[in-house]
Amino acid sequence: MGNLVPQFLLNWIDWGMGVFHSLPDWIQYLTITTWKILFVLIAVILIVAFSTYFERKVIGSMQARVGPNRVGPLGLLQPFADVIKLLIKEVVVPSQSNKFLFVIAPLLSLIPALATWAVIPLNDWYVIADINAGLLYVLALTSVGVYGVILAGWATNSKYALLGAMRSAAQIVAYEIAMGFALVGVLMAGGSLNLGDIVAKQAGGVSHWFLLPLFPLFVVYWISGVAETNRAPFDVAEGESEIVAGFHVEYSGVAFAVFFLAEYANMVLISTLTAIFFFGGWASPFEGWTFLNNIPWLAWLTAGGLHWLFIKMCMFMYTFFWFRATFPRYRYDQIMRLGWKIFIPVTIIWIAVEGAMAWFQVGPWSGLGA
Amino acid sequence: MAEIQSYTMNFGPQHPAAHGVLRLVLEIEGETIQKADPHVGLLHRATEKLIETKPYNQSIGYMDRLDYVSMMCNEHGYVMAIEKLLGIEVPTRAQYIRVMFDEITRILNHLMWLGAHGLDIGAMTVFLYCFREREDLMDCYEAVSGTRMHATYYRPGGVYRDLPDSMPKYAESKYRSKKVLDRMNSVREGSLLDFIEDFTSRFPACVDEYETLLTDNRIWKQRTVNIAVVSPERAMQLGFTGPMLRGSGVEWDLRKKQPYDVYDRVDFDIPVGVNGDCYDRYLVRVEEMRQSNRIIKQCVDWLRDNPGPVMAEDHKITPPTRVEMKDDMESLIHHFKLFTEGYCVPEGESYAAVEHPKGEFGVYIISDGANKPYRVKIRAPGFAHLSAMSEMVEGHMLADVVAVIGTQDIVFGEVDR
Repeated sequence: MGNLVPQFLLNWIDWGMGVFHSLPDWIQYLTITTWKILFVLIAVILIVAFSTYFERKVIGSMQARVGPNRVGPLGLLQPFADVIKLLIKEVVVPSQSNKFLFVIAPLLSLIPALATWAVIPLNDWYVIADINAGLLYVLALTSVGVYGVILAGWATNSKYALLGAMRSAAQIVAYEIAMGFALVGVLMAGGSLNLGDIVAKQAGGVSHWFLLPLFPLFVVYWISGVAETNRAPFDVAEGESEIVAGFHVEYSGVAFAVFFLAEYANMVLISTLTAIFFFGGWASPFEGWTFLNNIPWLAWLTAGGLHWLFIKMCMFMYTFFWFRATFPRYRYDQIMRLGWKIFIPVTIIWIAVEGAMAWFQVGPWSGLGA
Repeated sequence: MAEIQSYTMNFGPQHPAAHGVLRLVLEIEGETIQKADPHVGLLHRATEKLIETKPYNQSIGYMDRLDYVSMMCNEHGYVMAIEKLLGIEVPTRAQYIRVMFDEITRILNHLMWLGAHGLDIGAMTVFLYCFREREDLMDCYEAVSGTRMHATYYRPGGVYRDLPDSMPKYAESKYRSKKVLDRMNSVREGSLLDFIEDFTSRFPACVDEYETLLTDNRIWKQRTVNIAVVSPERAMQLGFTGPMLRGSGVEWDLRKKQPYDVYDRVDFDIPVGVNGDCYDRYLVRVEEMRQSNRIIKQCVDWLRDNPGPVMAEDHKITPPTRVEMKDDMESLIHHFKLFTEGYCVPEGESYAAVEHPKGEFGVYIISDGANKPYRVKIRAPGFAHLSAMSEMVEGHMLADVVAVIGTQDIVFGEVDR
């Protein structure tokens, strides 16, 4: 260590640490938390930026074209070019709109998408706020996100935007319930509302993940998640070919960019949450395959950690894009029917089944909820 | 008590699903359509009036610009009407070429339709797959006429020139590796007929590919089955033709019922629907693509074995060859007359209709014996279909309006003329 890092640097660090520890406790706490928040925030925003690139490449390859390949090597700088373009565009505020709500709406959809990350454990020690009601917090914040969409649609004072907002409102009500019920199943299995505990409960390899005993709930949660983020095939709130762009039809420049950021941040969030609830979070799928540890370079496969959460998140992001390239768009009433008549009954029944199976300790259900 | 009014919404003319410049005034209750009022005429270019001011041959180009996704079929209707008035015979080879290009055009049109319809309903990928194949057919257009869209290839008395012996090839570029370039050019080594034949062997697999994405897709079926049902009787009353009529189960196809050119010599089937909904019309059009492919294959085989003239020999109407013109006085005079004054058409009137990809495309010409038509009326299938818009969408939801616009296969070049 002493050879690699010059001595004066070590001295500086020592001095810095000394100063830091001499500060009052609450300032120390605030500083550390701020850094934690910044780290997560910057990571999320970078992931969002590159997921737009990833999306265009993935969909491009599915559609027999190349995707972005001009800006920077392999087009990797495309997201930044897009951001700069949006930042220097004029934000047009329609004269007939409610200007305050019009400006505040994009923020209302972005803030919950980012604030939810506070309770999400990235590995067994990195979590900004390790609170016991984490699951409730997640549910509450993902529900608040829809206010941005509804207010945007209403404040714009455009018929297309209003239709988009109404569709979104109806859709969120239906899918929040299905989503909530699916999470009740997770809560029963995990026996805790703390996300870290839920992941810890799934330790011990793929067979211990909640995926197997809660498979129908996973399907419902995942599809509801796609619907919550207004992604294809549930993108009726935008409904490009029907109501032009729905709630954000009059948004341009930075205001639009914020909506865009919120949508993608929500996708990343839903992907991560699905991984945490059903795919063992940061746990490795090869847990217990000790022979892998003997092979150099492959030890990371068995070790749990942030990398596994990231891989699982990317997998779900990929399916988001895959859906978009494959499916036609649902009609608004068909979405409602799917939500109310199929998903909610399925989740209710499966919660009962899960309860009974766990009570009698059957097969993969044994050990749940204890 | 406050009076409750239904919501009036302006759909278009600038709307991503309006297929050009359709303006629909929708009266909606929640999301349910009470009434749809299509406003046409935003793309009116006075084609019919313009035709009256020009010698006959100079208006062929206007035909391409009517329904700009099925260019040669429009030309076909126009030149057939003139040929009827002139009473000239078209060489068989030219008739085969016309049939072949009519069917290429039908595939072009249906690919455009399928892509746009898919995109309207939200299936984005089909659009790009369709355009991939469309590109090859555009190359056929380019090889034969020199232009990808507005070909102006048919002439009264035949077609402008015979099929070329070679295909244009892709040039080198810094974005394309040698391997990719060779693969792209490999099918372009031979003549145009070789290229078309290769396309006909590839194309059925491509249609299968589109169908895997849509035909059995649950969402696609939910969006199209039982949407905009039109009974066979009602379809005839509304003046439907083409796939719109056949989708309702009426077996009516001018290529079979009133065969023109060599349609009576080629073998093909007419697909018909059962329920008359958007899904049936989708199936009919997809099957039509397969049938067109069959016809093209037969034409290619015939054209390979039977060389011959592609223009009538009557030089009062068709231009003489360049060589004749150089050393024959009379040919020079013919050439000069044709390219200045044009030809005069005997007094009378005629109506010629072709089975256009969208329906019956008819041209009605009245001649007063001059070198320009006295009056031309174009019967565009899209106009009759659009008139049924309100009836078709009533009681459906906003999202279905888009599906109905798609299923009608509206192109405003012909509706507004």
